[in-house]
Amino acid sequence: MTYAAGVDVGSTQTKAIVIDEDRRIVGRSLIDTGANVIQAAESSYVDALRQGNIDEEEVGYVVGTGYGRFRVTFGNSQVTEISCHGRGAVHLFPDTRTVVDMGGQDTKAISVSADGEITDFCMNDKCAAGTGRFLGAAAEALDIPLDDLGPVSLQSTKATKISTTCTVFAESEVLAWIGKGKKIEDILWGVHTSIASRSVALMRRVGIHDEITFTGGVSRNGGMVKALSDRLEKPLNISDDCHYMGALGAALFALDNVMTGRAPVADNVGATS
Amino acid sequence: MTTEAGPQELVGRGNNEGAAMFRDWFTDLGRVAETGGQCAYVFVMGSTNEILKTFDLPVVFPEINSLQTAVRRVAHEYLEEAEDYGYSPDICGYVKADVAVQLRKGDHPMGRIPGPTITVLTNACNTYIKWAEIWERMYGTPTFTIDVPGTRQAGKLTWRGDRDFEADRHYVEVQLRELIDLCEEVTGRKFDIDRFREVLGYANTMSRCWNRVLELNCARPSLFNAVTDGTIFLGVANGFRGTEEGARYFERLVEEMEHKAEHGIGQTTEEKYRLLFVGVPCYPIFRKFNELFSDWDATFVNSTYLWFASGGTNRGFEYDLDDPLASLAEGMLVSVRDAMDSMFHQSDVLQEMITDFSADGVIYHPIKSCRTVSTGLADGRRHLTEMTGIPSLFIESDMMDRRVISEAQMKNRIDAFFEGLESRRRQELAGATK
Repeated sequence: MTYAAGVDVGSTQTKAIVIDEDRRIVGRSLIDTGANVIQAAESSYVDALRQGNIDEEEVGYVVGTGYGRFRVTFGNSQVTEISCHGRGAVHLFPDTRTVVDMGGQDTKAISVSADGEITDFCMNDKCAAGTGRFLGAAAEALDIPLDDLGPVSLQSTKATKISTTCTVFAESEVLAWIGKGKKIEDILWGVHTSIASRSVALMRRVGIHDEITFTGGVSRNGGMVKALSDRLEKPLNISDDCHYMGALGAALFALDNVMTGRAPVADNVGATS
Repeated sequence: MTTEAGPQELVGRGNNEGAAMFRDWFTDLGRVAETGGQCAYVFVMGSTNEILKTFDLPVVFPEINSLQTAVRRVAHEYLEEAEDYGYSPDICGYVKADVAVQLRKGDHPMGRIPGPTITVLTNACNTYIKWAEIWERMYGTPTFTIDVPGTRQAGKLTWRGDRDFEADRHYVEVQLRELIDLCEEVTGRKFDIDRFREVLGYANTMSRCWNRVLELNCARPSLFNAVTDGTIFLGVANGFRGTEEGARYFERLVEEMEHKAEHGIGQTTEEKYRLLFVGVPCYPIFRKFNELFSDWDATFVNSTYLWFASGGTNRGFEYDLDDPLASLAEGMLVSVRDAMDSMFHQSDVLQEMITDFSADGVIYHPIKSCRTVSTGLADGRRHLTEMTGIPSLFIESDMMDRRVISEAQMKNRIDAFFEGLESRRRQELAGATK
């Protein structure tokens, strides 16, 4: 048996996935990226191999993805996370036609064809408004653990409107609302609906088509799932592996090489970057 | 691919000569600044070089001065100086860099820029009007605005003989006559109709050749990069319009391009993807921006920038020397209108170019600094996609301001775009071999 792996080095977390020839996930890993990106890529890969009880020699091909994809020094090639999230989403949910990937520093809306080919995409621009960082700022302002944001926000009965689109100003706006006696859950729900509003605007730019799959770290946040779903007036595809979608897509590209000997699409660039 | 090396002196001559002429132009301007001589401030869309050169007035293109600060990687110093002076970060970067040049008494990385004796502008860009008002306040020198009627409705163009067109042409001609009066007053010289015809003749040669150069890039492999090389050609097309050197340069450029076409000498040895570029280049990372595409063996074969930033002279309009002033009015009307349409109604022309230039994709580059060229690009892109299905990429950055350019984000988008193209091509190939 030959395996394939994908390593997604994101701005806040690094994910690794190892799959077998039948495209089954046999190992996965998630760690904080930290300051040493190369080390983070290696550690997550080693963790995923260990979890799958696989020797490195058994892995036929590794694809790096994410902003740190060129720091996956042991990788054979690189593919952007845009292509990887599209590929992974169609693999997990074959009827996916729109992907919304919400990560630590950016949000992407991706339109995909039935075979996982990217037909269009759109991202937030040079600013963390509408991304996971926006949630992080709110968590800091309210002194609430990141993982609690979703559950607390779902207790809201009435959203407090967050009018700023700036992540930096959001923190002061949140504090201002606390000063005015607003309930924390209402403020948080306001934060979630604000992000959902910006994300759906991105999705409209590429076209919103059934089905929609939500990927990236923020997809674990139940509050954001509901806020997006409410805004779109339709359910979203969600899975525990949505957080690993970039790494999964990268592993699928790597498996293409294992099975066909053909390099993934992005094989020819990156060395100069 | 058969690539046969041409004579060393011919291949690349346009770039070398263009760069040298560009340097000479700025050297001459420095001399004007030192001696306190006269010069005209003009813009790329409707420069009226034909009239100004008749009076032998040196021309200053502040748009070109500004972009040169970005290409030379010092734009941020100029932008910050203008912002310290009170201009908002949201104001056009070209304007702000120029304001700083003026505050520095003409100090510019290419030499010293003289102040204006006269300013001539059109309404092709709404910022031109406010920009010229800055110089008017700074220097108190005359400003002349030519109102050139634009296209009334997309795709509804009128031509010679049509009632509306003739009314518009007359309207422009009357304004040009007023400009001539003003130039006589400013320079103290009489308008020389024979010299005017001579200038128009040179402009005709340039327009004809510019049109031919652009057309020749349909060749496969393409002969020049429409974003990088094309910008050099544009500099000459603007600064030397109506001059003998400008006319000769473009004749020699045609000769070079025909030679390259004949011998299959392309801009690159591998031309995997042929792209069209829409908008203004990303000057702060000018070479790097192109590398993000050339890394994928992609080339830019044409650009709307080469149309509107040449004032629409890409159309190849030639003046009737027997009726020079009326013909200049007609040429201005047609060319400036076309320049504006290149910014606002580019989809129809792009559709034709996709076929003519065998384009594989279209790159849209809206910029923060310029609402004039950027507003409407999203709609234009959507329209083009619906009409043709051609893959396109939307990358937002700026023509001047590095602070709003994220190379990592840009590379991510460009790589993802090519991954899509690559995947599509593989599937097409697989389908063809089934």
